[in-house]
Order: sequence, then C-alpha cells, then structure tokens
Amino acid sequence: MIPTPFDYEVATSLEHAVSLLAGGGEEAKLLAGGHSLLPLMKLRLARPTALVDIGGLDELREVREQGEAIAIGALSRHHDLERSELLREACPLLAHAAGQIGDPQVRHRGTIGGSIAHGDPASDLPAVLLALDAELVIRGGDGERRIAAADFFLRPFETALEPHEILIEVRVPRLRETCGSTYLKFGRRAQDWAIVGVAAVVERTDGRIERAAIGLTNMGPTPVRAAATEASLSGIETVDESAISAAASRAADGAEPPFDTYATAEYRAALAEVLVRRAVRAALV
Amino acid sequence: MATAERYVGGGVLRKEDPKLLTGEATFVESITPPGTLYLSVVRSPHASARVRNVDVAAALEAPGVVAAFNGQDLAEEWAAALPMAWPVTEDIKHPDHWPVAKDSVCFAGDGVAVVLATNRNAAKDAADLVEVEYEVRESVTAIEDALADGAPLVHEAFGSNECYTWALANGDVEATFAGADVVVRERYVHPRLVPNAMEPRAVVVQPVASAGEFTMWSTTQVPHVARVTLALTLGIPESKLRVIAPDVGGGFGSKLNVYAEEALCLALARRLGRPVKWVAERSEDYLATIHGRDLIQDIELAATAGGTILGYRVRLLANMGAYLQLVTPGIPLLGAFVYCGSYGGQAYSLECTGVFTNTTPTDAYRGAGRPEATYAIERAIDTLGREVGLDPVEVRRRNFLPAGDNVPSPGGLVYDSTDYAGTLQRALDLLDHDEVRAEQAARRESGDTRQIGIGFSSYMEMCGLAPSQVLASLNYGAGGWDAATVRLLPTGKVEVVTGSSPHGQGHVTSWSQITADALGVPIDDVSVLHGDTAVAPLGMDTYGSRSLSVGGVALHLACGRVIDKAQKIAAHLLEVAPDDLEFESGAFSVKGVPDRSKMIQETAFAAWTAHSLPEGEEPGLEATYVYDPPNFTFPFGTHICVVEVDTETGAVDIARYVAVDDCGHVINPQIVDGQIHGGIAQGIAAALFEEAIYDDTGTLQTSSMMNYLVPSAAELPSFELDRTVTPSTTNEMGVKGIGEAGTIAAAPAVINAVVDALWHLGVRDVGMPATPERVWRAIQEAERGGSR
Amino acid sequence: MPMRQISVTVNGIHHEASVEPRTLLVYLLREHLGLTGTNVGCDTSSCGTCTVLMDGESVKSCTVLAVQADGRELTTIEGLAADGEWHAMQRAFHEQHGLQCGYCTPGMILAAVSYLEENPGASEAEIRHALEGNLCRCTGYHNIVKAVAAAADAMKSGATRSAATP
Repeated sequence: MIPTPFDYEVATSLEHAVSLLAGGGEEAKLLAGGHSLLPLMKLRLARPTALVDIGGLDELREVREQGEAIAIGALSRHHDLERSELLREACPLLAHAAGQIGDPQVRHRGTIGGSIAHGDPASDLPAVLLALDAELVIRGGDGERRIAAADFFLRPFETALEPHEILIEVRVPRLRETCGSTYLKFGRRAQDWAIVGVAAVVERTDGRIERAAIGLTNMGPTPVRAAATEASLSGIETVDESAISAAASRAADGAEPPFDTYATAEYRAALAEVLVRRAVRAALV
Repeated sequence: MATAERYVGGGVLRKEDPKLLTGEATFVESITPPGTLYLSVVRSPHASARVRNVDVAAALEAPGVVAAFNGQDLAEEWAAALPMAWPVTEDIKHPDHWPVAKDSVCFAGDGVAVVLATNRNAAKDAADLVEVEYEVRESVTAIEDALADGAPLVHEAFGSNECYTWALANGDVEATFAGADVVVRERYVHPRLVPNAMEPRAVVVQPVASAGEFTMWSTTQVPHVARVTLALTLGIPESKLRVIAPDVGGGFGSKLNVYAEEALCLALARRLGRPVKWVAERSEDYLATIHGRDLIQDIELAATAGGTILGYRVRLLANMGAYLQLVTPGIPLLGAFVYCGSYGGQAYSLECTGVFTNTTPTDAYRGAGRPEATYAIERAIDTLGREVGLDPVEVRRRNFLPAGDNVPSPGGLVYDSTDYAGTLQRALDLLDHDEVRAEQAARRESGDTRQIGIGFSSYMEMCGLAPSQVLASLNYGAGGWDAATVRLLPTGKVEVVTGSSPHGQGHVTSWSQITADALGVPIDDVSVLHGDTAVAPLGMDTYGSRSLSVGGVALHLACGRVIDKAQKIAAHLLEVAPDDLEFESGAFSVKGVPDRSKMIQETAFAAWTAHSLPEGEEPGLEATYVYDPPNFTFPFGTHICVVEVDTETGAVDIARYVAVDDCGHVINPQIVDGQIHGGIAQGIAAALFEEAIYDDTGTLQTSSMMNYLVPSAAELPSFELDRTVTPSTTNEMGVKGIGEAGTIAAAPAVINAVVDALWHLGVRDVGMPATPERVWRAIQEAERGGSR
Repeated sequence: MPMRQISVTVNGIHHEASVEPRTLLVYLLREHLGLTGTNVGCDTSSCGTCTVLMDGESVKSCTVLAVQADGRELTTIEGLAADGEWHAMQRAFHEQHGLQCGYCTPGMILAAVSYLEENPGASEAEIRHALEGNLCRCTGYHNIVKAVAAAADAMKSGATRSAATP
C-alpha cells in the first residue's frame, strides 16, 4: 500500500517531459492517470526511481478530427472517450469499449495513452485499436514517429516504445456508415479485466461482407487479430447463421490464450468462439 | 410489564447512522496516541520452512526505526501460546502457536520478525531489509493430499496431519441403512473462503508503563474474550488490560478471534513503553486473518421408495489450516447436529476429522458449520427427489418435521418452534412457481441458449450460542451467557450496557427499541454502551447470531428488574402497596385511580436523592441480568433462486431471488431485512464467485480483492423478501437470530438452480463456485455423456 | 527523498502540505489533514472504499498521489453536508438502511453522488452497474441501490440537501 520512494518531476511541456525522462535514468517512468502504474507500485511490484508527471500537459487531452481520422490525445481519459460526442458518432466502438474499462472511478483517471503504453494483453483498448487499424504517434528526443497499432505490442507489458519515448496520440479512422462495430467483454465481475474481449468491425455493401476486423483481448501474450475468422468472413455474399458460426469457429486459431485463476486456455478459446460469433452478429448493419 | 409496544416491530431508523454518514465514526485506524510506533510484520513467503536465521540488523539501521525483533528475541514475552478455546476431543493435536515463529513456519504468512518505526512508511521500508534464511520444506494445502501416505507433515511432532476425529450418533444407523429402499450418496466440496470484512484488521495498544496497565483498541467482535485470553498469553493481570472495540467495520466471524498482532502490540508496548499500532494492508489480511469453510462432505440419506428419509450418515474432512485459532476445531461441530435440516428420520450419525495443512488457519466465517450442513442436506434432498420421482417441493413437504413447539430432531436437538411448510408455501406464492416452471419448459423446448433453473433451500439452522452446559458437553472453553445492565440516570435518561459487541448489526437501535418500550421512555432518551471492557465488563460478545436471543433477552430481563424496583419506590412515594400499582407507558398508577401516578423517571430521581426510599431499599435505579439461555434458537425459511444459465459460455445470472424467513418476533424489520440481504449476498458469492486458491508451493494465488472475487452490486440481483412469525419457545421475547440465515440458505438454492437449469442436458452436479468455466465444463462433459 | 509542497482545497478549505512524493492522496487526507472519514479497504484499487471527489468527479484516493492532487478541489465525506444539512444521498442511505458497519459508506456515497451528477436520469439497473467499483460486505447492495435511486429522485426535484437528522 506504500510505494517505494522515488523522485518526482512535473513536466511543463512535451519537450520538458522528454528531457526529464531521458535524464531520469533507466527506472524513470511516465505518470499520467497512474491507473496502470500506481497499483503495481503500491504492491511494490514496480519500483521506479523517478516519475515524470505529464498530467498537466493539456495539449494531450484533445479529441479532434484530423482529415478522415480522429486524433485522440494520449491524456484523454476513458471517461472522456466514453462521453465524446465526436467518437460516439464517428467511432462508436472506441467510446463503447472505453465505457467498459474498470469502473467509473478508474475511468475518471485512467488514460488511453497509459492503457496502451502499459501493454497489458488483458486491457480492453489494445484489441480495439487493432480492430480499428489505429495508428499511434510517438514523441522522442529525435522528434515524432508513427507506428501501426499492429506493430506496437511486442510481448506482455512490452511495447515498441523506447525507454525515453512518449506516446502522445492515437489516431483511429472514422468508421463509414457501412461499418457496424461492437466490443463484447466477458468477465466475472463488471470491474474486472476481461477473461476474453472481442472488438469487431464489419463492413458491408449490399449485404456482402467487404471486410471484417476482429481484435481479441486476453487471448495471447499481446492483443491479437482473429485473422482466420476475418478471412473467412470477408467476401461472404449471403450472411447467415451458419456462415457466421463457421467463421467464428476459427476465432482462436493460432492464439495462445493464458491460464490463470480466472480461466484455462481451453475455456478462453471456446469463449472466444462464442463471443466472436455474437460480436459479428451484433456488428452487422 | 404490560407496556404497549411503540417501537418494537416498527420502522425505527438506525441511531448508529449519523456518525457513519458524516465521517465522524472512529475506526481503529483513526486512533493514533502521541508517540505511537508503527508495527510491520515480516511474513514467510514459504508454506513450510525451517527458519535458520533472522537478521534484523539492517532494518535497525534504517531511518525512523526504533526496534526490530525476531521470534527468539520475543520468546520471553509469552506466558502462553496464542489461545485455542475449543479442544473438541481429549486427544486433539494442538500445536503451540506463537505470535512470531521461533524456529519454523507452517504457512505462507506466518510471522518471522517485527519492525517498529516512528511512521508507517519507515516501518514498511525497514521490513524489506530484514534478512531471513529459510530451509524450505515440502508443503501440502489440500485436505486429501494431507491425509495421503507419505504426505509432508505440517507439524512433524504429531506424526500425521490428523488433528482430531469427533463422532456423533443417534438411533440405529446401520440397521436403518440396511433396511432402506433407497440410499442416496453424495460428495460435496466446499471451497476455502476469505471473509473480507471491509475494514482490514488493526490494533492499537497504549500502555501506562508506571502502572503496568494497557488499553487495547482492536477491530474485534470479541473484546471480552480477547481480554481474558490475551491476559493469559501475555501474563498481564486481566484487571490491568482494557479492551475496546470502537466502530468496527464488519466481522463475519473473521474478527471472532484472538490474533498474533494483538498479542504483539501488547508485548511490544510493554517492552518499549510506547503506544504500538498495526494496520493490516488488505493483501496482508488475506494471509493473516482466518479463512472459512474448506471442507469435504460425504452424505448419505436412507429413504423409503416413497421418498421419506429414514436416516442420515455423514463423514466430514475439515481443513484446519496450519494452526488452531480461537475456535478452529469446533467449526464443523456447529453444523454437526443439523445435517438433517428441517427434516425427520430415525437415525443419524456424523464423523468429522480435522486435518492440518500448510495454509492460513480456518475458523468461523458467517454461518460457521451450518452453511456447510445446509448445503449438504438441501442438495442431497433434491437428489433423493429425483431418485424417487418427486419434485423439489414435494420431496421437502414429505419430509418436513411437523409444525409445532419443541420438536425433537434426528440430530438429537429439540427445535424451539417450527413451521417449515408455511415458509415454503409463502415463497412459492411469491415466486409464482407455476409460471416460472412454464417458462423453463418453453426454453427447454426451444433449445434456448439461456436456460432457466429453479433452486430451493428450505433451511433450518441453530443459533443463539448457547446454553453453557451444552457448550461444556462439547468441550468448549467458555460459557454461552450474556449480560445487560439498565441504569436510569437522575434526569430520567437511560443507559444500557450490553455485553454484545456490534460491528454493523445495529444493536444500539434495537436495544433502544426494546428498552424504550419496556420502560415506557422516549427512544432518544436511551443510550447503549458497548464494546469496552471498562464500561461493559460482563459479556460474551457477538457471533453466531446470538446477540438478540442472548444479549437482547438479558436486556429484556434486566428491564424487568429495574421496573420491579421502580415499582417499589413508586408505591412508597404514593403510599400504597406495590401490588396496588399498574405500569404502563412509563407510569406507575394506582389501579382504578389513574390520576395517582408516578413516572418511572420520577422514581429514578427519588432513587438518586435517596431522601425517601422504602425500608431496606438501596439508592440508585439500575439492574443487571446475566442470562444463560436454556436452548438454542432455530430460525428457518425457504429461499428460491431462479437462474438463467448461458449454455454457451457457462455464465450464470440470477433472475429472481425470493426469501421467506422466520426468526420469530422481529424487533426492527429494516435491520432484519438488511441482515438477510447481506447474508444472501455472501451465500451467492460463495456459490458463484469466491474461492481461495493455493498453488503447488502453498502460495495463496487469490490474495487480493483483484483476484478473489467479492461481488459488487453489478453482479447481484435485488431480493424479494417476506417473512412468517413463529415465536421461539427458548426465550420469553420469542426471538431468534437472523445474522447468518441468509448465508446459510443461499448457496444450495443457487447451486440447485444451476443444476436444475442444466439437468435436461445431462448435468448432475456443478461444484462451488459455479464459475462460468465450471458450468461450461459440466455442460461439455454431459454432452460427451461423461457426467457421473 | 525531497518533500514536495502542494496546495489543495478540501471541502472548501485551502490547505498547504509538505509531502513525500509517494504519499497517496488518502493518507494526505487522513494523516496530514486529519480527515479520517475516508477509509481504506484494499490495496489493489478494487474496493472503492477510499472514493472522494476530485474536481467533482469520483476517484479512488488510494490510486492518486497527493502530488497529483496539487491545485485541485477535493470533497470528502466530511464536506458533503453543508450548513448543517445532509446531502440527499446521506439522507437516503439513512432512510433506506443503506449501511450496516458503515466502513464502505463514505466511498459508496461519494461514488453515487458523482455518478448521479453525471447521469441524473439513471435507472435502478444503471445505478447497480455504476456501483461496480465499490464493494460492500454487509448490505448485499439491495438497500444501497434503493437509497441511490431515492436520492436520484430527490436530486432531480432539486432537494439536494435537507435538514440533518430526522
């Protein structure tokens, strides 16, 4: 309940944050909402020697349109995403998923940047960003770079962020009217992490499935796409129950679901099939 | 005492609430005397190990640290080991349990050293610096593994892990089973549960070094028991130890105990001459506070072909954990007499073996023994019904003991008052049973992925511990009485001193209602004092749904004594004989001359001035009653749970929960309903959510509220409650306990519903907790034809 | 470790404090400012017992560093009543018997107040779900949900505060 001692610095600008991080040594960590990091620190499972607080950088808080994309500042809280009129209209999947994270208090503090940068395969937003083919904007000492969400998650709690880089923005596409989407989260308690979560985007024209994108939460060491299901769905002309079921039966193909006190890997695989079937059904427009 | 009831049974809002609603309550963590040292306990990460060396030198060097000790350093502090008050058999194995281990640790969480510092952070930081050298041994956590040949021994000196075997028999069990048409055999496993009172444990001890006196504030349900037993462990004269339970944030049995940290704070305050404070972090509480349940049951019912139960045969294996806490061995015995529940029969036997394992000790958790017993009989009777072709309603009706007073049971008890069919019928009506059955049939017919199940639990439990002589026959180390003092102050205000020690049950309100009605005074004129051995020296505390039916009855009787004395004084003041007076609504009036009267408050003033008292009467107006109940009380009821099971995911939702309970006369309906709500929630939690899991190394994997799943509002339904009133014959108030009934009733209702939902798919049993995965697996196995 | 100077406004009163950076907001409130009405129920951000309002929004004060609250407005259970009048939520918890031991109550009440401020028209089912981050072991939540629903009605009709005791 008491973290180990650390140095604490408040960043006054993005440049300042980058330089503080670089000067803080190997064990320096960024602090935004703190809802991934502080729980670990309280149990002394994380013992950073320095924290760089970027919570005051209001420029990272905005959700705005940028061409065909929606640009979401990394400090946008889950609560902000859940209630953003722009997201609810242009990318309802993300707003819908954000509203299922943790509980209201967590959503008042936790940020999209923190959640993504933490790299927890059980978190909800990473799988959603995969399904949305999101792009992440990263700031380091050498300026900005962009990376696809698909290339960002490397291993459990390990991402493509270099030690002194900062995730500053998430860009998701505006979903066309021909796209349906949903996030289904299966857990034992509402406040818990997902045992399995499914983010589904299905695009149709004249009944034909043009494209399906399905991200899976907690089905492997990183968030993953249900590629076999996607392939099997795309191009289907007449969408019926048997076609959906057949595609969903391949939901866990290639996945390496974890085993913990909540569920076995075998059960997770079975659950993924059921949830993918239901999510696809719900995402048909 | 013919006073009209004005408060009892009515809607009186709780007097406890205002300070709790405004942040003015005093929980132990908020008490910090000047100069307090913070205690941090270094705990073993190993389930079993020899402790080779504990080096506190580095911790002593850390900033803010005042002292640090290992088990050997503290060995001289103890006049006796930590208390165990229920040696259920003469030959029970009872290991010494020291507040800090001296040479070996027996579970992950066993203390090996202590650090004291001037602030919380320093104590925590320094605890990290204590170096402990362990020689790790093989460990065992599961009951049957511990009994296997060659199992690692929890306590080598005993030569086995068997703690005791205790047996009970009534009637000719062998002949009954031999002659039965039908014998049902079931095995049920109760997971280990973590009580999780919302307030983690905490202790503060303030010494008066020059006088050798100590005041201890503790998050305890049992200040009186703690005072006696800690005086013995510490070698402090009992008269020099004051124990205070201030506002206590729930207990559920977990604070019905005497803990190492209480002894440590006392010993260290004595040794250092300064106040010492310990506050558990929640994940520390998961290791260092008792667990509950963890039991394997084999139950057999002998019955006629028509479904009438003739006999019960039960075999229990109970996990004690690594040590015996205050009443660890006795917990199964609290259920041992009621494996027959509400039902009849001619023969009954039970045998229970307690088993040591390298785990946190078990002890009382809400219901203690009776949820287990009720689960077994309420599950098994469903099986019997299916065996002989009776539905759950009919098989229960056929076996209920008759409605009446003082009804003998197959387990050898005499139930105070019964009307089991009455609550069952009321519950069926409330549910609209036929309609739900029709919906169930329709869903089965259509092959819906959401199947409906209806589960029954017509429970009966024993509570109100207890006649002291019965406790003696069970080898329990204390009495079962309780005490109350009623004191009228000169101004006419009333102080009630109770030996019960509430921690959420609302005694202040209920006791005020009883007193105000008995004495005919306004309820706001009554204050209730409790939970402080200096203020309320006589008491046996709060557990086992005993407060009202023992402590409340003591209060009722003490009120009678006060009125008797007040009547003599009133008669003296009115110059008539006491028998010429009648007492109503606080007034003693001359029979037939209502204008000639004295209010009870006037007699209190007269008793205080003592200017004119009857010949030989002592000044003052107060009375104490120490009440030892002649029997337990036996609340009962029927709970019906309707579940919807998602057959694809195994998820269980509770669609309806109907509960009709009977606890005799009700003092405060809102409080009684609240107890039932909370009880049901804990029963549902056990049935669907909660389970303490150890890994192969004896590490508790579900060691926080993050992975031990205490449900929230989002996971639970609203409850539909009703009651019948069948007054107890045990006490003249006609009251029974209600604190545990909900928990006792709920789990079998839920699991019976889950099994009922899936019966047509071939599922015959689902273990607790019925997690989505367990349910899903049961369905998968049934589809493969593999279920039982 | 160097101490940090922070300033917070708690229940309308401005405070300056010097804290270790690792100090959790709940301990700032309890131990530095003496506001012991906020309780601690777990160490994993699970139970919501320590919930307070920060700039009007519910947060778990065990999962916010005191330094992160620098410059913020906080409301604790001690500050919910105003001018001797209870908040409608306090009154509803009392009338509906929404508390037993009372340990989770301050956090439960503040979580509920925050939720209703954001969702004044919430249904009973929505209220139940919205309390997902607050654990209670005594009440089974039945009366808590009833209390929050009753408070919602009172707050909608503008009666956010009313006289202290019945």
